[in-house]
Amino acid sequence: MSLGLALTMLTLIVLIPLAALALRAAALGPAGFYEVISDPRVFAALKVSFLTALAAAIANAIFGTLTAWVLVRYNFFGRRIFDALIDLPFAMPTAVAGIALVSVYSPKGLIGQWLAPLGIKIAYTPLGIIVALIAVGFPFVVRTVQPVLEEISRETEEISATLGANRFQTLFFVVLPPLIPAILTGFALALARGVGEYGSVIFIAGNLPFKSEIAPLLIVIKLEEFNYAGATAIAAIMLAVSFLMLFVINGIQSWSQKRFGHG
Amino acid sequence: MADQQSAPHHPRDAVSEPALVRWLLILISAIFLALFLVVPLGTVVGRVVVAGWGSFVDTISESDTQSAIRLTLSVAALAVPFNLVFGIAAAWAIAKFEFKGKTFLTTLIDLPFSVSPVISGLVYVLLFGADTWLGPQLKAMGFPIIFAFPGIFLATVFVTFPFIARELIPLMQAQGTADEEAAISLGASGWQTFIRVTLPNIKWALLYGVLLCNARAMGEFGAVSVVSGHVRGKTETMPLHIEALYNDYSTDGAFAVASLLAALALVTLILRTLLEVKFGADVGNGRHK
Repeated sequence: MSLGLALTMLTLIVLIPLAALALRAAALGPAGFYEVISDPRVFAALKVSFLTALAAAIANAIFGTLTAWVLVRYNFFGRRIFDALIDLPFAMPTAVAGIALVSVYSPKGLIGQWLAPLGIKIAYTPLGIIVALIAVGFPFVVRTVQPVLEEISRETEEISATLGANRFQTLFFVVLPPLIPAILTGFALALARGVGEYGSVIFIAGNLPFKSEIAPLLIVIKLEEFNYAGATAIAAIMLAVSFLMLFVINGIQSWSQKRFGHG
Repeated sequence: MADQQSAPHHPRDAVSEPALVRWLLILISAIFLALFLVVPLGTVVGRVVVAGWGSFVDTISESDTQSAIRLTLSVAALAVPFNLVFGIAAAWAIAKFEFKGKTFLTTLIDLPFSVSPVISGLVYVLLFGADTWLGPQLKAMGFPIIFAFPGIFLATVFVTFPFIARELIPLMQAQGTADEEAAISLGASGWQTFIRVTLPNIKWALLYGVLLCNARAMGEFGAVSVVSGHVRGKTETMPLHIEALYNDYSTDGAFAVASLLAALALVTLILRTLLEVKFGADVGNGRHK
């Protein structure tokens, strides 16, 4: 009975609406799709969304791994609070993050005022989109790497040191490889979140067509123009590319899981 | 630590970094956290403090703000129980019974997490919008979905759908069915078993899931923005009201409303951390896959 209830709710809320999107997209046909994608503005928006999400996910993979390492291996004052703060983006509404980030990184903002004389403009440029996506995607890599790092035995590091490796060699060739599946998982989650992110981005992006206009915003614009076909086509492309990316990364992950034996 | 020797090849030195490197790494990650999370959060508080108590009260007591707060609370008050029922039903079915396609079902439950919020709203516009068969019919019957409360409710349920289920599934799977089997063999009915045996076992994880679900339900922007129609005082939730105030150059007002949602986020984080410290084995299982 509980299965029936769960399946009914799942079908009504998630499956039928997503199927509606798939059907409407299929009804467009190849010609309809081509018409939408061949619009340079649509192509530019998709490019901005995917490239900024990629840049933010790479930054989060590097700094997220570093942060997970610091939280697991080092003991320092305020570590507990530090650890709890990591999840802030999961709890913070995106609109709040959006207006907070733009007021910090605008040329008159707390941080922006120091960057403006150096010629670095963050708010209202693609750089601003990357900043917002780093902020909302930060917890993913930390939270996937942290549990794996906690479980890894330190004996292998001792063995590596005994065999004459220096600390850097040990970290790079012994500690890092088994973390790769977890880093990739976090990277993929951050990437997927970044590609679809809307609320935190639109305030800081400036939303200039061809420069800092993201694909989700273009969907909203098409809807406001009652251009349902255009909105559907962009959404279908975004979903297809996102699922494809997750699929590829899942493949890499299961490969490295076999190779390194960690998840 | 206290008995650490100064011999250069002591194992503790071999599996750790020099103090200087340690502090440098801590400093780098702290700066990263400050730049992207702490300073922006501090700004929300700072802006409200600088604008002053009077300005805060003015914004909050405006009728549009009041109606946005009421709408956000009503949506959450319906969406969270809805997902509570779904989460318990799904977790109960997946954890306590064997059936085909279980892994596939678990994947489907997670689906809303990988869909852009804007697309989560769009799917309902494609189902009930002005150019569909169903939408205008329902509207003519006096039950509009899009640009009205039902649409906002549906979009919110969609984006918060996995929260409670994925929190409960791993815990209920780990607990197994032994307790339930004992209760049933002693003559308890299915419902009695659930209320007296299962529910007490999962209550903390359930509370944890509800907290996260509620925070997201009250804060959702993208999905709700697509279906709301942005009618002030009517279909504007708190996050949408923040955007409207901000676009009207009423920045102080925007930050006043934002501070309420930021406070909600902080309270959620604190309660969550307390639950994790106290019931660490039971809660937080669904946080990362």
